[in-house]
Order: sequence, then C-alpha cells, then structure tokens
Amino acid sequence: MIMEVTIDRELCIGCAICVQQCPQGYELDDELKAVVISTRAPGIMDTEEACPVGAIAITGKDTPVGVSHFQAKPVGLGFSREPEEIPVLEKLEPVVRVDESSDVWVFAEQREGKLAKVPLQLMGRARDLANEGKQKVVAVLIGNNVKNLAKELIGYQADTVYVADDERLEHYQTVPYTTIISQLIKKHKPNIFLYGATFIGRDLAPRIAQRVKTGLTADCTKLTIEEDTGLLDQTRPAFGGNIMATIQTPDHRPQMATVRPGIMKVKTFDPDRSGEIIQISPDLRRDDLIAKIIEVAKDSRTKVNLEEAKIIISGGRGVGSKEGFGILEELAELLGAEVGGSRVAVESGYIEQDHQVGQTGKTVAPELYIACGISGSIQHRAGMSTSKIIVAINKDPDAQILTVSDYAIVGDLHEVVPLMTRELKKRGLGGLEEDISWFPKLEYWWRNRVWTVTIGGRRWWRGVCAMLGSRSYIPGSTRLRSV
Amino acid sequence: MDFRLNDEQEMIRSAVRELALNDIEPIAKEIDAESRHPAETIKKLAEMGIMGMMVSEEYGGSGSDAISYAIAVEEISRVCGSTGIIVSVNNSLACYPIEKFGTDDQKNKFLTPLASGAKLGAFGLTEPSAGTDAGSQRTVAQKEDGHYIINGSKIFITNGPVADTLVIFAMTDKSAGMRGITAFIIEKGMPGFSIGTEEDKLGIRGSQTGELVFQNLIVPEENRLWDEGRGFSIAMQTLDCGRIGVAAQALGIAQGALDRSVQYAKERVQFGKPIGKFQAISFMLADMETRVQAARYLVYSAAFAKDNQKKYSKEAAMAKLYAAETAMDITTKAIQIHGGYGYTKDYPVERYFRDAKITEIYEGTSEVMKMVISRALGL
Amino acid sequence: MSIDRNKGENMNIIVCMKQVPDTTDVKIDPKTGTLIREGVPSIVNPDDKHAIEESLRLKEKFGGTVTVVSMGPPQAIDALKEVYAMGVDDTILLSDRAFAGADTWATSYTLGMGIKALGEYDLIFCGLQAIDGDTAQIGPQLAEFLDIPQVTYVKKVNIEGNELTVVRALEDGHMTVKVPMPALLTAVKELNRPRYPTMGGIIKAYREHETKVWSASDIEAEPANIGLEGSPTQVKRTFAPEPRGKVEIIEGDSAAEMVSGLVDKLKEKNVVR
Ligand SMILES: Cc1cc2nc3c(=O)[nH]c(=O)nc-3n(C[C@H](O)[C@H](O)[C@H](O)COP(=O)(O)OP(=O)(O)OC[C@H]3O[C@@H](n4cnc5c(N)ncnc54)[C@H](O)[C@@H]3O)c2cc1C
Ligand SMILES: Cc1cc2nc3c(=O)[nH]c(=O)nc-3n(C[C@H](O)[C@H](O)[C@H](O)COP(=O)(O)OP(=O)(O)OC[C@H]3O[C@@H](n4cnc5c(N)ncnc54)[C@H](O)[C@@H]3O)c2cc1C
Ligand SMILES: Cc1cc2nc3c(=O)[nH]c(=O)nc-3n(C[C@H](O)[C@H](O)[C@H](O)COP(=O)(O)OP(=O)(O)OC[C@H]3O[C@@H](n4cnc5c(N)ncnc54)[C@H](O)[C@@H]3O)c2cc1C
Repeated sequence: MIMEVTIDRELCIGCAICVQQCPQGYELDDELKAVVISTRAPGIMDTEEACPVGAIAITGKDTPVGVSHFQAKPVGLGFSREPEEIPVLEKLEPVVRVDESSDVWVFAEQREGKLAKVPLQLMGRARDLANEGKQKVVAVLIGNNVKNLAKELIGYQADTVYVADDERLEHYQTVPYTTIISQLIKKHKPNIFLYGATFIGRDLAPRIAQRVKTGLTADCTKLTIEEDTGLLDQTRPAFGGNIMATIQTPDHRPQMATVRPGIMKVKTFDPDRSGEIIQISPDLRRDDLIAKIIEVAKDSRTKVNLEEAKIIISGGRGVGSKEGFGILEELAELLGAEVGGSRVAVESGYIEQDHQVGQTGKTVAPELYIACGISGSIQHRAGMSTSKIIVAINKDPDAQILTVSDYAIVGDLHEVVPLMTRELKKRGLGGLEEDISWFPKLEYWWRNRVWTVTIGGRRWWRGVCAMLGSRSYIPGSTRLRSV
Repeated sequence: MDFRLNDEQEMIRSAVRELALNDIEPIAKEIDAESRHPAETIKKLAEMGIMGMMVSEEYGGSGSDAISYAIAVEEISRVCGSTGIIVSVNNSLACYPIEKFGTDDQKNKFLTPLASGAKLGAFGLTEPSAGTDAGSQRTVAQKEDGHYIINGSKIFITNGPVADTLVIFAMTDKSAGMRGITAFIIEKGMPGFSIGTEEDKLGIRGSQTGELVFQNLIVPEENRLWDEGRGFSIAMQTLDCGRIGVAAQALGIAQGALDRSVQYAKERVQFGKPIGKFQAISFMLADMETRVQAARYLVYSAAFAKDNQKKYSKEAAMAKLYAAETAMDITTKAIQIHGGYGYTKDYPVERYFRDAKITEIYEGTSEVMKMVISRALGL
Repeated sequence: MSIDRNKGENMNIIVCMKQVPDTTDVKIDPKTGTLIREGVPSIVNPDDKHAIEESLRLKEKFGGTVTVVSMGPPQAIDALKEVYAMGVDDTILLSDRAFAGADTWATSYTLGMGIKALGEYDLIFCGLQAIDGDTAQIGPQLAEFLDIPQVTYVKKVNIEGNELTVVRALEDGHMTVKVPMPALLTAVKELNRPRYPTMGGIIKAYREHETKVWSASDIEAEPANIGLEGSPTQVKRTFAPEPRGKVEIIEGDSAAEMVSGLVDKLKEKNVVR
C-alpha cells in the first residue's frame, strides 16, 4: 500500500497548522490552501489529526515510510523541525529572553477593594507550576487603597506581591495598568504570567503581550508543563468550543495566558504564610491616563431569560403539580438558574408558557440543563439537546431523555431534587455567576411573595412584600423584574 | 451551459435567507392565524431593496436580474408563502407594467415609491365573470374631457385592501372586445374607489385579497398606461413576468416543506430507529428532492430567458405549471411523513400544504398554463 | 488631530473584519474528532457586523467614511463584498502567503501596518471576538500597536466633539468611559442590530466595487513580524473535546449517595462552583 496524503481544498482554511507541524511536508499555495510537498516528511503522520477542520486525509498509513513520528522540540520555528535541516529564521525580537526569565506571576484582579476569585484560583495553579521549576509565585496588585489585600494574596500562595497603590488607579483602566505591568515585566522578567479571562483580564493581557512582544494564549482551561522542555502547555477551546488546542510560547517570555474563571483550584488560605510585599510607585505618563471613567454601575438582572441562562432546571409531567415546582425553584435559586418546563408542564398549568423549552417553546443551550421528570420527546429535545452538560432525573431508566444526557439519576425527583439542593449548600457550591457574591442581591420570590437580600451567598433578610402585588411580576420568574 | 449561479446571485440568496429566517419565519404562523398583513416585514424588505428588485436604480429599484428576483421570492416563500406573494405582486404585477409601459412622468410619480417600497402595489384584472376569460371585462372607463370615469368592480385582488397604487383594467371600447381594454394606474383614496369584500381563504392567509369597487371613479388621463386598447397586451405580458414570481413562490413552498420533512425524518423514531431509515420514507424524500430540483431548473431557466431578452411566455408557463404541481405534491407528502403531527397546526407543514394550492390557480390556472404551452407547440 | 464635530467635520472610521466559518453549523466527526466543515458557509464574523453597523450609524450622523480592512486568504473577498453591500465605502484585503499562520501578535501587527498605510483615522472598530480563533485579543493588541486608547466590550457609543463616551459591559454591570479620538473600540452584540446587505448593494459590490488587495510589501511589513515567523505562540496540537458519550447513570445505594456522586461530577465539569 502506498501512503497517500490528500487535502480537501474546500475544507482547508489556510490556518497553516500543518505547515507548522510538518514544514517539510506542506506549504501554502497562492490561495492559501495547504499543498503536500512531501509525503515522507517527518511528522506528517500527525497532521491528519492536527488539522482542525479535517481537511487532511492520509491513507495507507500502515506502510512504514522510514521516518518516526515527530517529537515535539521547541527549536526555532516549528516543533517538528530538526535544527540541522532547517535554518532558524529571524524571529520578532523578544523583549525578555528565555534564559533570563523565571517565576510564575499572577495578575491579582480586584474591584472596589475586593479581590476577585480568579486570581486566587490562578495562584493555586501557579504554585504547582512554580514548584516544578523551584520558582516563586508573584502577584501584581493594582488599585487605590488595596495594600491590605497583599496579605491575603500571600495567604493564598504568593511569595512576593508587587503593589501599585495610587489614587489615580481607583478604577480599572487599560493603559495605566498596561504601563505598570509592562514595566515590571521588563525589570523582573517573569517566566509565566497568568490573568483571569474576565472582562478586565481579556482587555488588559493582550495589550501587555503586544507591548512586551510575547505570546498570549486565550481562555485556557488547562495549564501543564511539558516534560522534556519545561514549556508551558496551554490548552484552550476554539471554534466555539468545537475543538481544543494546546499552545506554546517557545521563544518569548513571559509565557502569558488568560485562564477561564472557576477552572483552577484555590489552595486553602494559610494565614501563617510569609511573603514579601513590595510597593512600587507607578511611573505614569499623562498620556496613560487619557481615558476618564465616568461611572461604574451594577445591572440588576430583570428578565426570565432562558436563552441566556447558564443553568436551567426544567420540570415535566413528573413534577406533578404547580406546588411541586417549588423544589425546582429552590434549586434554581441556589444556582442562579432559570426554571424551564416541558409542554406538558406548561399545559398542566405547573408553570407559565414563557418557560417552555422545546420546539414550540424556547431553544436553549446552557452550560448545565437538569431535566426533572421529563421524558425527552423529540419536541423537547429539539430545544435543549445542544446544552453543554445534560442531567436527567427520571424514574424510568429507558426514558428518551437519557439518550442526550451526560449523567442521570434514576429515581424519584421529589426525593432527589431537594437532596441536591441540600448537598450543594452543604458543600458551599453555587452556580456559574461571575464573582459577584459580595454584591447584595435583591430577589423577589413570586410564589410566596417574599423579598430576600443575599450577600456573599448568605441570606440576610427576608420579608413578605406588602407594597407590590404579585401582578407587577410575571409569575414563574425567580428574578426581580422591572416594575 | 453553466448550471451555477454567480456569486452575486448566491449572495442575494444568503442575504434574503438570513432575513427570512430572522424576521419572516418567526411571524409566519401568526400572520396566517390572524390573516394579518405583515407591514413590519414589508418595511424590512423595502430597506433591503426587495420590493423593486428588477426596477432600475434610476427609479428606486435594485437593478437585479430575474434569476435573483426568483431566488428572493423562493427564499421568502420557503418560510412564508403569504409574504412571498406580496413581494411577487409588487414586483411583477405593479412595478413591472409601469416600468415597461409607463411614461417617464408615470415612472417618477408611481414607480419610484413602489420600487423603493414606500408604497405597495396591486394588479386588478379579475372580475366576477372574467376569470380565466380575462378578456370579457365588464368594468368600463368612459372618456370625458381630460379624464376617465370608471365603473365596475374587481375581485380576488392580492394586496388590494392594503395597496396604495394599483394597475387596473377597464373597457374603453366595448365593441372592440379584447382590443377595447385599457390599463390605468389608480391610487388609494381616489374618490369613487373603495374596497369591498375581503376573502377568507384556505391558504396564504397573511396576504390580503379583496374586492375593488369603482363608482364613478375619476381617473385623469395621465394615469392611463400606454394607449387605449393596449390593456390586454399589457396584462398578458405582465402575467408572463408574474408567473416567474408565482413559480418561484411555489418552488419556495415546496423547498420549505421538504426541509421540514428531511429534518423530521431524521428525528422521529419509530420501531427503534429514525423513520428516515425506512426505505418507504427515504425513497419518498429522494423523489421529493429530485422533483424540487427539476422545478428549480425550470424556474431559473424561465428567468434566464427573460434576462436574455428571449421570449419566455412558454418557459414561464412551464415553470409555473410544474412548480405549482410540485408544491402540491411535496406538501402532501410532507404531511404524510409527519404523520398525525403534520395534520396539526403545531407543525408548519399544514400551512405549506394550504399555501401551495393557490399557486395552481392565480395568474393563470394550470389549465391555462397548458393552453399557453400547447399553443407554443402550434396546437 | 483635533476635529470639531459640531462643525460637521467628517469621521474616518476603519473597521477590522474577519471572515470565519460559521461555527454554529459545525459538527464534530465522531470518528476522527475533527470539524466537519462540509457545507459550512464562511461568514462575516458576527461581532464585526455590529462594529460595521455602529460605524455606518456614526457615519450617517456625522458624515465621513467607513473603510473595512481584513487580513485573510483571497476568498475573504466574499465577506468584503457582503459588508460593502451593507453600505461601507471601501474595502481592503491584506493577503499574502507570508501572512499565513499568524497568531494574534502577528495579526495585529499586520492589520496595524495596513491601517497605517491607509492614513488618518478617527476611530477603529473591531468585533470583540472572532468565532473561530475565539481569543478577543486582536482589538487590544492592535490598539497597543497603534498607540491609541481602547475600550472593549462596547455596548453603547456617543460622540461629543472629539470625545467618545462609551459604555463598556462588565460581568455584573457596566462602566462609562470617556476617551479622546482616535481610539479603538470592540463591539459586542448588545451594541445594535446589524442591517442586512441590500440587493442594490450586492449588485454594486459585484459589478462595480473593487476590493484593494495589499501584500506584505505593499504595507511595508517587516517579514520577521508576520505570519508564522512573527508569531510568538505556536499551536502544538488540536484535538476534539470529549464527545457526549453514553449517559453515565450515577449509581448508589441511597438517593443521597447518588446525589453526592452527581454533585462530584458536576463539580468536576465545573458547572457548579
Ligand atoms: C406539535 C407539537 C409540539 C410540541 N412542542 C413541545 C415543546 O416545545 N416542548 C415540550 O416539552 N414538548 C412539546 N410537545 C409535547 C411532547 O410531544 C411531549 O408530549 C412532552 O414533551 C412530554 O412532556 P413530559 O416529558 O413532561 O411528559 P411525559 O412524556 O409524560 O414524561 C414524564 C416523565 O416523567 C417521569 N416521571 C414521572 N414521575 C416521576 C418522578 N416522580 N420522578 C422522576 N421522574 C418521573 C416519567 O418516567 C416520564 O419519563 C409538543 C408536541 C407536539 C405534538
Ligand atoms: C388568493 C387569490 C389571489 C388572487 N389575486 C389576483 C390578483 O392580484 N389580481 C387578479 O387580477 N386576479 C387575482 N386572482 C384571480 C385569479 O387569477 C383567478 O381566480 C384565476 O385566474 C381563475 O379565475 P376564476 O377564479 O374565475 O376561475 P374560472 O375561470 O371560473 O375557472 C374555473 C376552472 O375552469 C377552468 N377553465 C376555465 N376556462 C377554461 C378553458 N378555456 N379550458 C379549460 N379549463 C378552463 C379553470 O382552469 C379552472 O379550473 C386571485 C385569486 C385568488 C384566489
Ligand atoms: C485553534 C486555534 C487556537 C488559537 N489560539 C490562539 C491563541 O491562544 N493565541 C494567539 O495569539 N493566537 C491563537 N490562534 C491564532 C488566531 O486565531 C489568529 O491569530 C487570528 O488571526 C486572530 O485571532 P482571533 O481569531 O482569535 O481573533 P479575535 O481576537 O477574537 O478577533 C477580534 C476582532 O479582531 C478583528 N480581527 C481578527 N482577525 C482579523 C483579521 N484576520 N482581519 C481583520 N480583522 C480581524 C475582528 O474585528 C474581530 O472581531 C489560534 C488559532 C487556532 C486555529
């Protein structure tokens, strides 16, 4: 059998990943489509799998072609290049060289004097990464009157904290933050620098990467060290979550990544850890402060928004009654979720029409969909089968809903759902809302007309609402609506 | 011979499809249920230049070819047959005759607002006793110094109840028979012009169909389209163009019903597998796909003939005949594939089924299409 | 550069637009774990349509021009035709074999050089994020390259004189920021509802409009800073995320045990925190 490598030009998007992985095997032609230049090139076997769009097909693979599979080696440009075969090309000049860099740095995002959760998670991971190379964990804290947070960072694994405390830095601003951090990078030459992939982190990190001429990997969900090389393997979803990519920054430092919140684990707070706090006085140009912050405001969530909900708890005929939905709503409240229903649930009057999921209701794709007492008819599945994680709670182990589910509990929902609420509470777990737990949450519970004020996940105040009739609220909503 | 659409036509398809999916499909069921004229959609179509596609830019149109026009009507009808005919009537029965037969003044005054979609058009030919036999018009227009006085009525007029500008036909010379028919442009609000009965229809219920009543309607002479006695010729040429639109509407309805059926056959499980895995269903779908594609080629080839200034009466008649029959066939099978669900209003295929039938009737029945075709064969 | 808009002076707006595969249509081949792109159309990146819409509205209000720049293969011309049909004034394609394989650093450099070659501008608009690469890095990196202020996640824009007042989304709220022009903004979908291309526009796009195609040397790009060479990051490998396999039925002796098992799984999947 002769080995054959074919490229589907319709599919090829010219991303050049194949060229990168196997520079002797492929090049791009004038239409920026990959073409095969040698089927005997080292590493060509792996390109079929590497092509993100499946445009490469290799047949007759079992014929030995006299080359071994490539070994990833961070030499020169591509990972599969042998240094003696391919001349190392002139690359964009790094500001920080590989051999002079060390330590794992974390951007300690804070807002209004309160640390976000994500830097604590990053420091948990940074500690593990640092330990592999006996490096330090360093945090950078910027703001106004934030010095007191440095201790907290040390308790959460920082060995050194750089603090830029300045009244001009009351609110987050891209350019001054960029200037401060870039100056620190140029001076202290970190090996790795991690940021939360938050609305702030994703604004700031790219600007810094451009200034200090290094690579940045977006939205990582996994960070590990490659054994042979010590390089940071940064793994992230792309193409709308349809594929995963592992990315390295071989020749530039720091190796920078933004990391999805909630992925890395926080290490337990240790009040006795010691570390160094270094105050820096930011050297800002007037130009750096060109943007003026007029207002920072919180939005209250106002609508039943199934389509945009990150978690949906749905009930069907199995819930049995309007009152039965109470246990679903409690779970939803805890998770900051919306409540959905099957058509049967709607038609039986358990829940309002605008909560219906399915072909004649809403089409939803939350991160988590929990179907309680729903059989999973084709019409229902049409509205929810693209949810990221689907959980079925059903008495019937053969219910159709299981065919699209990731997890299932075969049991009585009236028992399972309240247990779940209890279990989550017990473990202090909540939903996918961003880190705003410290912000007082005002909620109105339509079923029993109760207002609650929640701070830090704890309910502080609860009272029956006397002023407003339930009609100002669309029943079924677990959220305050605009009146 | 080249069976490919060019890039321009492909982009027109994808742009219209996007609009159809975002703005027309979501309300298609509702306008059908409520027999409501979708004014909000017409506004969006106007902004995109779809209400006067083939009209030259000079008169507020888009200057497209007929193939692109057919594609637009097809894509709209693929989600909503009612909207499809509203667009088709405005384009081919209102804009077309005015652009082709009107004076510059008439074009400036009447065509520009129609083509830009600021106003909506209609075409009034059919009368209670002049259907297929359109030549036997009873409506009369009597000439008196500088104007005509029109008396009579029209029925089944698409857009009639909501139109601003209408092309209508009346007898100016009874003795001359068909050579005595003259076309006029009239406007909503003219004294003596009113809307009579509005029809309660089987399908295309979002398109308004009504009676036009003329009682001593005074129409200035400058509103006469072309010469006296030329009306029948105007009507026949206009209907040739219109048939491309109706054929495209039928094609769209068929394609829409087919889309739904394929999807359903993949999802509906009986006897442990999707029904599309049963050969009875998959072969039915194979036939449907083949037939729709054949209809599409006939429609585009009629449009192609028009674009190339060829005679296209026969081509348009064949396209309309075949596409309309295809629409009936496909929508019937679509319900069959959907089983009992297809018979309910919860699935759109029953709407497609009801919408399909009219394409065999208006702008010339299927029998008339066969007359046109056979006449072209010298029979 | 000081412009008094009250005098009705014109704005030069540049929009960066990427042609992307419609990832909402993408399916994964369960056997090979790669994307099935067959029949998946290439589209204008959705966020970029919002950027274009906003630019067109500003142009309609203040006068001026909207120019769209894209870096990509020759086929990206189709996407440029489409945005031309939405009503932009000019389109530029930066296309060169040497640009291929660029990461966001090199892409920003290339777009920046292209923009410099275009001349003066008041405002640059990007989408927040492209749906294929998904990094949201180009906007800030381009702003840094051009040394102008940036505001990302923009959901509202106002102009007074030479100053932009911009509302920027935050996780739990928003922030209002004033920046002088020239500046760079990145658009999110809440910003507006993009118009459709018009029929007449499409026809002009194909019959009259010609997209300018510039190569690396046309924009005087440094070879070491573009394409693979200019990219500090390297893709080591790509692979399919775990597909939704068979359902896992959580076993347990009691309901409580099953629930506890389920919560473990959900925590592992990071859907409860
Ligand atoms: C045209 C049309 C459109 C439709 N559109 C929609 C739509 O948009 N959305 C929609 O949802 N449906 C829709 N339907 C209805 C759909 O066909 C099903 O009838 C409906 O989804 C079934 O709802 P269900 O799963 O709640 O009820 P059932 O099918 O009766 O299922 C109840 C499930 O609950 C389980 N159960 C019972 N008691 C318990 C318990 N104590 N603990 C745990 N499990 C329990 C049972 O095992 C069973 O699986 C549509 C139907 C048609 C014809
Ligand atoms: C919803 C709707 C919208 C319409 N919109 C418009 C419009 O906008 N403008 C307009 O002017 N008209 C419009 N019409 C009218 C339509 O064009 C006529 O209904 C159609 O031409 C048929 O005329 P008829 O209904 O009088 O049927 P008839 O002419 O009475 O025909 C009845 C049957 O006899 C057959 N038949 C008649 N003569 C012959 C023959 N010589 N040989 C063989 N078979 C024959 C026909 O094919 C048909 O099957 C509309 C009609 C409907 C229902
Ligand atoms: C699987 C995969 C993963 C990748 N991961 C990374 C990574 O982590 N880090 C990295 O540096 N590179 C990465 N890349 C490379 C990156 O996708 C390209 O550099 C791409 O050219 C720009 O990034 P983006 O698509 O993420 O754009 P984004 O930064 O998400 O785009 C934001 C906006 O910038 C503008 N824009 C983006 N690209 C263009 C363009 N070509 N022309 C005009 N305007 C444009 C648009 O307005 C767009 O809305 C990856 C590529 C692949 C295939």
